[in-house]
Order: sequence, then structure tokens, then C-alpha cells
Amino acid sequence: MTVETKLALSATEVRSFSQSNNEPAWFGSLRAEAIEKAAELPMPTPDKTNITKWNFTEFPQHTVESAPFSSLDELSADLKEIIDIEGQENLYIQRNNTPAFLKISEELKAQGVIFTDILTAVREHSELVQKYFMTEAVKVDEHKLTAYHAALVNGGVFLYVPKNVVVEKPLQVVFLNDNADASLFNHVLVVADTNSAVTYVQTYVSTVEESNGQANLIEEVIALDNAQVTYGSVDVLAKGFTTYVNRRGHIKRDAKVDWALGLMNDSDTISESITHLIGDGSLANTKTVVVGRGEQKQNFTTEIRHWGKNSEGFILKHGVMKDSAQTIFNGIGKIEHGASKSNAEQESRVLMLSEGARGDANPILLIDEDDVMAGHAASVGRVDPIQLYYLMSRGLSKAEAERLVIHGFLAPVVTNLPIESVKNQLTKVIEGKVR
Amino acid sequence: MSTLVIKDLHVSIEDKEILKGLNLTINTNEVHAIMGPNGTGKSTLASAIMGHPKYEVTQGTIEIDGENVLEMEVDERAKAGLFLAMQYPSEISGVTNADFVRSAINARREEGDEISLMKFIRELDKTMDFLEMDQEMAQRYLNEGFSGGEKKRNEILQLMMIKPKFAILDEIDSGLDIDALKVVAKGINEMRGEGFGCIAITHYQRLLNYITPDHVHVMMQGRVVKSGGPELAQRLEAEGYDWIKQELGIEDTDAVTEEA
Ligand SMILES: Nc1ncnc2c1ncn2[C@@H]1O[C@H](COP(=O)(O)OP(=O)(O)OP(=O)(O)O)[C@@H](O)[C@H]1O
Ligand SMILES: [Mg+2]
Repeated sequence: MTVETKLALSATEVRSFSQSNNEPAWFGSLRAEAIEKAAELPMPTPDKTNITKWNFTEFPQHTVESAPFSSLDELSADLKEIIDIEGQENLYIQRNNTPAFLKISEELKAQGVIFTDILTAVREHSELVQKYFMTEAVKVDEHKLTAYHAALVNGGVFLYVPKNVVVEKPLQVVFLNDNADASLFNHVLVVADTNSAVTYVQTYVSTVEESNGQANLIEEVIALDNAQVTYGSVDVLAKGFTTYVNRRGHIKRDAKVDWALGLMNDSDTISESITHLIGDGSLANTKTVVVGRGEQKQNFTTEIRHWGKNSEGFILKHGVMKDSAQTIFNGIGKIEHGASKSNAEQESRVLMLSEGARGDANPILLIDEDDVMAGHAASVGRVDPIQLYYLMSRGLSKAEAERLVIHGFLAPVVTNLPIESVKNQLTKVIEGKVR
Repeated sequence: MSTLVIKDLHVSIEDKEILKGLNLTINTNEVHAIMGPNGTGKSTLASAIMGHPKYEVTQGTIEIDGENVLEMEVDERAKAGLFLAMQYPSEISGVTNADFVRSAINARREEGDEISLMKFIRELDKTMDFLEMDQEMAQRYLNEGFSGGEKKRNEILQLMMIKPKFAILDEIDSGLDIDALKVVAKGINEMRGEGFGCIAITHYQRLLNYITPDHVHVMMQGRVVKSGGPELAQRLEAEGYDWIKQELGIEDTDAVTEEA
């Protein structure tokens, strides 16, 4: 039986939205075709989580109007904490669906780096965007939600780093959600050309109590030969969103991607991060931490697929579950035929803080080649009473001892975030959640 | 002066009685050595004093200056002045040594009166220098990947930073090379004085060569069976435990099982 899902916009509406944005014709057509596909394509089927009753399609309005920030002084104190106001040279802030602030250094401009909101990029760098937008990494017609995303993109970022350009300092993006009726169809497209290097760090912040909207987020990282991309994200979306987040890496010869993801949504969330190690000698490091609380249901699938020879993939996931949160962690290392001498390693650990919480770690290795290395470790457990005893024997209260053990457990990702202020933010968010 | 008094202590682990009526009194300004064959309950005593969750006290009392220790949570015991340098310290990933020690110090202070970061770092540096520890150890995760000897030295670092009234050192000398043994002993001797009492559990006289005990106790079958001065440890080193067993008519239970 197929469940009839009602799409919020028609092809005509999507086209007229595109025209009102002055988007090039190809993008308007892409949207219109995508909405038609979305009507027909099936939903994705995340392993071990039944999403047939989740509402991914309905929302109050496609775009909301928000005021941009004329200066960073206007930011709330919470937001100012995330940003090194003086030191951060390259910064983009999106407020709900509105590009609200952009700063890019003269140096980067001179080097030909493009750093702008995605819809401006579609207009001003049309050819470059067309080449990579949902062509190599994520495809429009993978399932209903990818098609829906393509049709309704209403925000996001385009970052292009030209050949041989090494960007030393991290670029920062903040997606602020302060309107409960906002829906986020954000698309982040990072293209690191041959021999380039860049560090990108984004944060999702919801200040609303409860959202009525959708978050359908797709992020593509294309690393061409010998490029290096470090990609950090801290997601803190409010309860009420139905969140679908798809992070995809497409990594060419001798290129490398490091993902550091702090997935702290309070919404029900389906998250899939798949990195394709296309080229020989390519490498992916995926580090994820998750905290689940309340009645939250979440599914995190992390996959690294090896196509190139000598490719190396490392998946590390640490999750903390409390209250009656339910979380599935699927970790998949897949080595395709021909990807000889590759190495697929993964580790998933879940720490349960309450009786009512559920956490499953499912490590999967799929290997189609003989001459490879692979390994996995998975565990679901409680805070070790002997560790607590040790800490308490030095005078720490039980609560403080637990807090230290939990922070320690999540440290592998927190310490890997390349921007200090974002690191502190994640620590603070974790603090608030596990208390 | 403070006093730790243990009376008629009975302790079980998983329904097996290990301590069977142990008595011991320690004052600050005293060092007591506890010796005894393997498996006679020395670590059990240490764990019961500190409040290890697996050890059940079925009878007897432990008091510090008249305060009932057995009613206290583990952290309250620590704040009452007890410290246990463990035979097998836990490893805690993701928590740096420095952060941990600072939390331990602040746990003893009122909110708003936390030790300043500068003062803490100064003290930590100084103490690590004194214990000839690499400064890099401060930023390592707590005991994670530490060698056996490094863990022991780290226990002494915590001891010196926390400055408890009573320290129980459970085989602090095991796994230490000669130089490390001297350093650890130097740390403990530095602590000796008016406000500090110590129970050193050890198998060997060599630790006591550096830390001269005021009293030596021998434990067997879950009790203190003999007490004396430093000369008792020297005799044990030379002659072993057989003479005590004979003197007290203690059957060697292990030997009996083997013969059966
Ligand atoms: N979890 C347990 N279950 C059953 N018996 C236990 C357990 N833990 C300890 N024991 C037993 O309690 C007894 C006392 O152990 P304890 O560790 O106190 O000895 P010890 O005197 O410190 O010995 P050692 O000199 O070898 O350190 C031993 O026989 C030991 O096997
Ligand atoms: Mg022992």
C-alpha cells in the first residue's frame, strides 16, 4: 500500500517562485521537474526506523520574510557567543530563509574563492553551480525527499575553492531559525578544486520553542584530486521540525574529507551521511556525536563507500540517550570490487542514561574485494559504576562525575571542531541536554 | 588531630565474607603499613573504607572523629578527608588530568570560591615537577594509556593536590621502577605531618625503606592478626609469613585445598 503524501506546492507554483527569484531557466526547470518526481518517488527507507507516519511534506509556508542584520551588533547574545565577532573574517548568516549577513575577506576574493548564499550563486555563478548541484554527489531522483528538496530549495551556501588555493582560516556559517513557521530547504554545496584546502564550519540554531516547519537539508562536498575539506556542523534544531538531513561526500583521487558533526537536534531526525571514496588514495574521517532526549526518535546512518584503491574510511559515532529517546545508529563500510588495499574501520558507542531510552548500534561491513582491511566495534552500555566510584572518591558529586564521563565520551568530536567558539557552543549544548 | 577508627568490620563481596572483624585505629601524623599474603582482604579493607559499590559492610563501624563514615556517599567520604590511591585506577577517556584534578579541588570549595585557574596551574606545575612528571601528562586523558608506573605516580599527584587527612595507598609501590619508587616515596613523605595520616598497603619492605612506618599490621583471613613497629616488616621480609601462621595456629586454607 502506498501512503498518499500531499505535496505543499505544485509545479506551477515552484516555477513562479523560481521566476520571482530571477533564477536561470535551468534551475526553474530543475525545480519543476523535481516536484513532479517528488509526487511519484517513494520515501527513503532508513533501516530499522519506520517513518511512514512522519510528516515530511506539509508546512505553513514555503518561505518567510526575515530582516537581515546590518551589523553584527544586532545579533543576540547567544549568537554572538558562537561567532568570534572580531576575528571571523569569513562569515555568512542566514536568518530563516533570508541571507542576513555576509562577510568575505579581500584575500579570499582575490584568490577567486566563492562564498555566498546558494540562490545568489545560482544566479551569479550559474555554470559552476549547474555542474555540481545534485549531479555528482546527491541525485535529485534518489527518493521523494531529495526531489522535494531540489524543488523547494530556499536557502543554503555555495563555497567554491579554486585550484591550488589553500584557505588557512575556517569559514563560518550560521543558520538562525527564529520564526516558528519557517521551513528550511537548505542546500550547502562545497566544491574544493584540485589541490585546494578549506575548512567549513556551520551551526544550526533554533531560538523558537517549537517549530511548525520542515527541515530538509542536503549538503554536498565535492573534493577534487588532492583537495582537503574539513567540514564541521553543529545542528541544534528545535522540537517540532521533521528533519531530514543528507550529507554526502564525493572524494576524488588522493583527496580527503574530515567530517565533525555534533547532531544535537531536538526534532525527530533522519540523518544520512554517505561519503563516496571515488579516487585512489582518498580518505574520509567521519566523527559524529549525538544526544537524544525526551520523546525524540532519530536514525543516523553513516556510510563510507570505497570505490578507489587504497582508500581509507573511518567512522566514529558516539551517542548519549536519555529519557525515552529512541535512536538507531547504522554504520556501513562498503568496499566495492576493485577497491583493493582499502581500509574500512568503524566504531559506534551508545551510552544509555535512563531505563526508558533505546539505542541500537548496527555496524555493517559489505566487502566485495579480497585484498582489504576492515574492522568494527560497537557497544551499547551504561555509565560504568567503577568509573563513577573513582571520580567520586576524589570528592566529585555523582552528578559531576557523570557529567565528566559524558563529556569525555563525546570529546572525540567536540575537540575536532575547528572553530573554538563553535566548540564551546557544542559543549554548552551538550551540557544543557544531559543535565 | 583527626582519628580514623575501624571497629569489628565485616565486609562481603557477592555474599562471600572477606573481612571478618577487623579493628584498626589511625591518627593523623602517623603512617601505618598493612602487609599480608595475597587475597587476605587488604584491598577489600581499602575499598570498604572508601565505599566501593560492590563491597557490602555487614557489621562494624568506621568513624572519622566520631562521624559515621558508613553512612556517607563516596564523595562525602572524600570530602570528610579520605583518599584512596587505588591498586587499579580507572581510565576515563575524554577527561583531561588537569580538568579532573581541578574539579576535585573545586568540589571541596564553596560555589563562587573556586580555585583560580592561574593558581591551579601554578600548583599543578609545581607538584608535577616535584614528582618528575612530564607536563604533557596534565593534558592527557585521565589515566588513559598510562603505564602502570605512570598511573601510580598520577595517584600521588592527585593526593598532593587534594591534600586529604587520611590516605590509603593500595600497593602504590607495585610496578614502580627504583627511581619512580623514590619519587613516589618523596611525595608521600612531603605529605607527612600534623594534618596527615596514611595507611600504606604493601608486600615489600623496599617501600618502607623510604617511608618509615610508625606501625606495621599483618592481615590474614580478613583480620589484623599482628601489629608492631617497623621491625615487624623487616622480619616479614626476611622470614615470610609462616612463623606468624605457626605462632597463631592459622591453617593455610589454600594449601589444604591443594592437598585435598
Ligand atoms: N568480585 C569478587 N567475587 C568474589 N570474590 C572476590 C571478588 N573480589 C575479590 N574477591 C576475593 O576477596 C578476597 C580478598 O581480595 P583482596 O583484593 O581484598 O585481597 P588482597 O589482600 O588485596 O590481595 P593482594 O595482595 O593480591 O592484592 C580474595 O580471595 C578475592 O578473590
Ligand atoms: Mg590488593
